[in-house]
Amino acid sequence: MNSATTKAVTSGPLSAGQRVAMHYFVAAMVLFFAQILFGMISGMQYIMPDLFYNQLDFNVTRMVHINAMVVWLLFGFIGSIYWLVEDEAGTDLVAAKLAMINFWILTAAVTVVVLVYLFVQIGPGELKSIWLINEGREYIEAPRWADIGIVFCVLVFFYNVAATFMKGRWSGISGVLVLDLVALAGLYLAGMYFTPNISVDQHWWWWVIHLWVEATWEVLVGCVMAWGLIKTLGASRKIVTTWLYIEVAMMFGSGILGLGHHYFWIGTPEYWLTIGGFFSALEPIPLVAMVVHAVYDSGRHGFKSSNHPALAWLIAHAFGNFFGAGVWGFMHTLPQINLYTHGTQWTSSHGHLAFFGAYATINIAMIYMALQRVRGNVWMSAGLADNGWKWKWSLGLLNGGMLGMTMALLIAGYDQSFIERALEGSTWSGYFLAQQSVWFLQAMHWRVVFGLMMTFGIVLLFWDMLTIGRTETRPIQVLSPAPG
Amino acid sequence: MNDVPWWSSESFWRKTAIWVTAFMAVVLILLTFDTVRQITAGSERVPAYSVINQKVFYEYDDERGYQVPRIGEAAALFGEEHDEASAEALVTLGKLTTQAKNCMNCHTLLGNGAYFAPDLTKAWLDPGWVHEDSREQMMVQFLMDPEGNARTFGTGRRMPNLGITEEEAKGIVAFLKWMSTIDTNGFPRGFTPLDQEDGA
Repeated sequence: MNSATTKAVTSGPLSAGQRVAMHYFVAAMVLFFAQILFGMISGMQYIMPDLFYNQLDFNVTRMVHINAMVVWLLFGFIGSIYWLVEDEAGTDLVAAKLAMINFWILTAAVTVVVLVYLFVQIGPGELKSIWLINEGREYIEAPRWADIGIVFCVLVFFYNVAATFMKGRWSGISGVLVLDLVALAGLYLAGMYFTPNISVDQHWWWWVIHLWVEATWEVLVGCVMAWGLIKTLGASRKIVTTWLYIEVAMMFGSGILGLGHHYFWIGTPEYWLTIGGFFSALEPIPLVAMVVHAVYDSGRHGFKSSNHPALAWLIAHAFGNFFGAGVWGFMHTLPQINLYTHGTQWTSSHGHLAFFGAYATINIAMIYMALQRVRGNVWMSAGLADNGWKWKWSLGLLNGGMLGMTMALLIAGYDQSFIERALEGSTWSGYFLAQQSVWFLQAMHWRVVFGLMMTFGIVLLFWDMLTIGRTETRPIQVLSPAPG
Repeated sequence: MNDVPWWSSESFWRKTAIWVTAFMAVVLILLTFDTVRQITAGSERVPAYSVINQKVFYEYDDERGYQVPRIGEAAALFGEEHDEASAEALVTLGKLTTQAKNCMNCHTLLGNGAYFAPDLTKAWLDPGWVHEDSREQMMVQFLMDPEGNARTFGTGRRMPNLGITEEEAKGIVAFLKWMSTIDTNGFPRGFTPLDQEDGA
């Protein structure tokens, strides 16, 4: 007999925190689409170099591509935290109106930044260009005025989350989450200054990029994952919390000094070759633990979940994080190989699979969990209307497209490392020789083909998100605890 | 189920997480003090900006097992001798321009950035400039009119016109010359510089 029992469909209004979360999720999805659109244009510029020449050049399309990504992932994280904060704290959000105003200010600022990126693009070599147009530093290109605005908005968000937990109750998950948010917000400050010294510039720049992406973001999604597994599978809170502490110990234990793998070639001292190589080689270990955790818990519950699309994306997250961040990162992290791969398409292959696998996936999972509540706590387990083909196909197209693109970029990276670096002595003519290799060109074409696959995937994903559960009459599957 | 062994208890791992994180953060902070000292302009690894007054070349270091930048005789940039302050001002203009023109979203600098255009770490020493005597002028001309001076090596990829002024172009050249003197632990490996027979 099915161990599930049922309860009545609850379709009351969303809570204040949930309403704020939905705003963030919608904005995140719009930016996700922008990311893919500008990624497609950037990819096509490799094979059609005259595309939008002197109008919308690669430096602009690529900047919008990666900035849309950073912002949509952050919006997804903020949305996810607003979604879970009241449930986890057992009380209402302390300042719901402020949270909504904050959302609109942040979204308006992002819109202005993107419009300036697209229509002003560049400025003269003066400080005011950095304050008003763009900072020209990969991933954190946002002009300084926007940096200050972002810090302000993040502080308001942080106050709301921390105060809500203080008013309600603390848990292992919320404790880790709040401390992690302090580090995440604080680190951003390391990226907010100008120096002519590029070694010093990149040294602090990596504090933001690495200690976000390979440390604090990982812990943040670890918290979201922990909460998600409790909700979708009914996993034991005690076990999940213990796992979270283990992950934090391993993640920060390896990731903080793993920062050293960015300090091999930027002028920083030689001891980073040893420290960075050693600790970054350990970085995949917590990611293996996360896979074990997710798969073990899912298996223990017989893959019965209250939300199949969310669980599928959570598992995609566990594997994507492990392969993208862990395996693809490890492959070129030791200095002996990184000397040849640093600054080639190899990095781009790793970056694509890691960002998507570790972060895009879990945001999509959280959005599916939110949609279940929005549609009135309806059934989202096995046997959905139309057999759930839309979510399954979008899952397949997005993940398959990303895997294909990753492989194409890896081949391009091999080509570039061998031809430009190992054979041609890293000169500009060597660079261009590698760029014209048949294998490189084929890889660039395949990248666009798989990018197109992802574009179909995202359209289908949106269609599914707009329709899933709308006609469903069965209530959510209530899970019984796993057999002891 | 209550007699959980200590090594799998929640409280043990909570304490471990806190101590490991705190320890690693302290080690990083200590290393940061030393690293920042070693990469401050004017140090052994990252020369002072006035190095733009001198010749830069590449030499194989037997002990370290790779090439390192060496500073040679006087070779004023654009025929002008700079004191430390004016050299820093010129490099600052160049660095600001590379940021304002968003160079990093096509090129890599010290290997970081985008991969649509070549790495700029050793741009000053690239054999593509053919000869030392004409290099400075060629660089300025190229930066001011990249479309007209495009050399795509058959890829069709051209640098766009970024409205770079002559003054900004000279700043960029100074910045690139200074960047080529940074000790990058042998990156990029086996680089063949301009006018030097022996690469590795």
